[in-house]
Amino acid sequence: MRRLKRIGRRLGGLAAVLTLASVVIFALIEAAPGDPALIMLGTGAQPDTLAALRAELGLDRPLALRYLDWIGGVLRGDLGMSYTYGTPVAELIVQRLAVTLPLTALATALAVAISLPLGTWAAHRPGGGVDGLATVFAQAGIAVPNFWIGLLLILGVALGLGAFPTGGFPGWDAGAGTAIHALVLPALALAIPQAAVLTRVTRAAVIEIASEDFIRTARAKGLTRGQALWRHTMPNALLPVVTMLGLQIPFLISGAVLVETVFNLPGIGTLAYNALAQRDLIVVQNVVLFFAVIVLASNAAVDALYAVLDPRLRGRR
Amino acid sequence: MPVPPFRTALSLAVLSAACALPAAGFAGIDDNTVAFVQSVEPAGLDPTVSSPVAAGQVTWQNVFEGLVTIDRNGEIVPQLATGWEVSQDGRQITFALREGVSFHDGTPFDAEVAKFSLERILAEDSTNGQKALYTVIERVEAPDAGTLVLTLSRPSSDLLYWLGFPAAVIVAPDTADTNATDPVGTGPFRVAEWRKGDRVVMTRAEDYWGEAAPLDGITARFISDPQAQAAALKSGEVDVIAELGAAELFAQFENDPAYTARVGTGEMEVVAGMNNARAPFDDIRVRQALQMAIDRAQVIEAVKSGFGTPIGSHFSPASPYYVDLTDLFPYDPEAARALLDEAGLGDGLEFTFKVPNRPYAERTAEIMQAFFAQIGVTARIESSDFPAAWIQEVFTDTDYDMTIIGHAEPLDIGIYARDPYYFNYDSPEFDAAMEAVATAATPEARADAYADAQRILARDVPALYLYSDPKLGVWDARLEGVWADGPVPANDMTDLRWTR
Repeated sequence: MRRLKRIGRRLGGLAAVLTLASVVIFALIEAAPGDPALIMLGTGAQPDTLAALRAELGLDRPLALRYLDWIGGVLRGDLGMSYTYGTPVAELIVQRLAVTLPLTALATALAVAISLPLGTWAAHRPGGGVDGLATVFAQAGIAVPNFWIGLLLILGVALGLGAFPTGGFPGWDAGAGTAIHALVLPALALAIPQAAVLTRVTRAAVIEIASEDFIRTARAKGLTRGQALWRHTMPNALLPVVTMLGLQIPFLISGAVLVETVFNLPGIGTLAYNALAQRDLIVVQNVVLFFAVIVLASNAAVDALYAVLDPRLRGRR
Repeated sequence: MPVPPFRTALSLAVLSAACALPAAGFAGIDDNTVAFVQSVEPAGLDPTVSSPVAAGQVTWQNVFEGLVTIDRNGEIVPQLATGWEVSQDGRQITFALREGVSFHDGTPFDAEVAKFSLERILAEDSTNGQKALYTVIERVEAPDAGTLVLTLSRPSSDLLYWLGFPAAVIVAPDTADTNATDPVGTGPFRVAEWRKGDRVVMTRAEDYWGEAAPLDGITARFISDPQAQAAALKSGEVDVIAELGAAELFAQFENDPAYTARVGTGEMEVVAGMNNARAPFDDIRVRQALQMAIDRAQVIEAVKSGFGTPIGSHFSPASPYYVDLTDLFPYDPEAARALLDEAGLGDGLEFTFKVPNRPYAERTAEIMQAFFAQIGVTARIESSDFPAAWIQEVFTDTDYDMTIIGHAEPLDIGIYARDPYYFNYDSPEFDAAMEAVATAATPEARADAYADAQRILARDVPALYLYSDPKLGVWDARLEGVWADGPVPANDMTDLRWTR
């Protein structure tokens, strides 16, 4: 019962934040200069043509009504029609997620696969050769923007070695192998800055936990270094790593916008980018709201994961 | 509590399996298809509504056809009309229509369909962005299935030309409303799939009325970044870049025998428009002085790696009506200074230069800024998000001093006669010249009128005339039939064939 109440309170908070976010998103996007109808028609358009298109898109309706239309639709599961494509926004988002979700999942997997072993190994002997390497990787990875890594990968790996396509996405009907193949380089570009941050966090956490009393006790009990690491250090060190992973999700999304553009992937990032340039307002509003949902949900998920990873947090609050 | 070894083994296995696959082939000589780069994805695939340029670049001629069309040399040629006759007073055009033509869905083409298409452009609730080009049509009649008669409110020598444009393609009544997402035309290709954000796949229409296209299929790939365009061509993912976005990437293809690299003529004029209603740009001497401050050849060298032609008025050097007027106000900083002095601005001049965030515009503006500085003029560059913010600020509100933009529409000198238009230029003399163009009875009279219009602009300098952009095309050397010149912004793939 208490648990249900807690979950209820949590959901109520999320709803309040999302409502506020929707108002801010709508207001910001409406305030941006640029008339969608004029952009669609081009500079040769006559005033009567413009008025006709505005009426067709519903742009001549008052602001407050348009906001209510939008939110009412969202609540009913109807995200409206894209101004430019003329197709349902929900359909567009689902199509694009088929690229972005695998991309970000692959990037996260890569980041974890790089950073956990590297960070742990570096922490094993601080100041050693591997540690030096890990530090350089972490510094460089944080400093270098992901779109630039993407360009280097295109030039070096895709064009130089010819092992990967330079961009574009063949679609899932071309076969899962072919599709994933096209996502490897963009995922790597997205993963490297993330892996850099995670390597640092892992290294710091492992070093900190390894110097705790309970680890010394464990070793005194006769556990080898490896056993102590697996059974006692890692479960504790994972907590900050998971937190960081959750905090990185907004960066993953913003990174995806850039990386998808560089690799010309039809993902949700390019959808948002192009819709903004075209002032396809309804698409921008929905995609940004969707991003907000993802960020809030990922924060909630991290909190929930805490409870799993750290038994002490169960039932608290 | 043992922790599983991070699941890394699994993800690494997936990754290495993916790496082992060969790079996927996309299109090309093996399956007799061609993939071409289209830098801007259109909003819809119907060139008769909204975003007309990008839609036309995908579907014009490939999927949709007009009564007449513009061929690769810029000539008007018959298409769904076999011929036409213009009445003595120039106010009536009678078209003889082609028989045995049907749309991809089987709907037959006849005079009623043609009448519907044209009346749809002119309708009150029309959302055709180019409607203004056709409003001279007063009445459309279809006396019989094979004849279409247009009655004009005044003679118009340009109307036939505009009827060949993407904005006037023929569409069927039943499918007109869905053409944007599911186009049905009369052309040699039909749209098989539109993967939004990525590509439009077109396959040969087997029951085409004319000669079947040599290719089995064509694909438009939406790649906006010039680097990515070049990379896609090199890796074989695309076969044709009709218009490479960055001149500096062109040279690498010129010396490579695997590619055909062609400098074609384009229709784009890059001009720095001024707000002619706002001081000090309301003074013709100031505008003339600023024109003399710019060395156009140097601008072209720096911005376009030398690919481009200096212009002295708003006209493409590719046009048969072009007059070279670059000598009227050549680069002469001394004379420019003197003229500014005369205008009472000898102590200097400062203004805001609103520059759309497009590389060509930004680079050109920076060089112009340096040239202005030489005559004591300070241009403060202000970046403007293109198209959204720029259209609002410059085009709609005309809240600007100077801006810069490439005008891509062919034969668009008439924009200076429009009221309102963002230059805020008002000249009865120019309006009369455009009227003379419209009513010209003979080709010679039309050429003379166009020459007059160009001269008036060159003298009045409502905008600084900079350069005309060439069309830098690169394609697989085994391909034949690609349009080298660009009389219409288009990717007409109907004559392409693979050789060897």
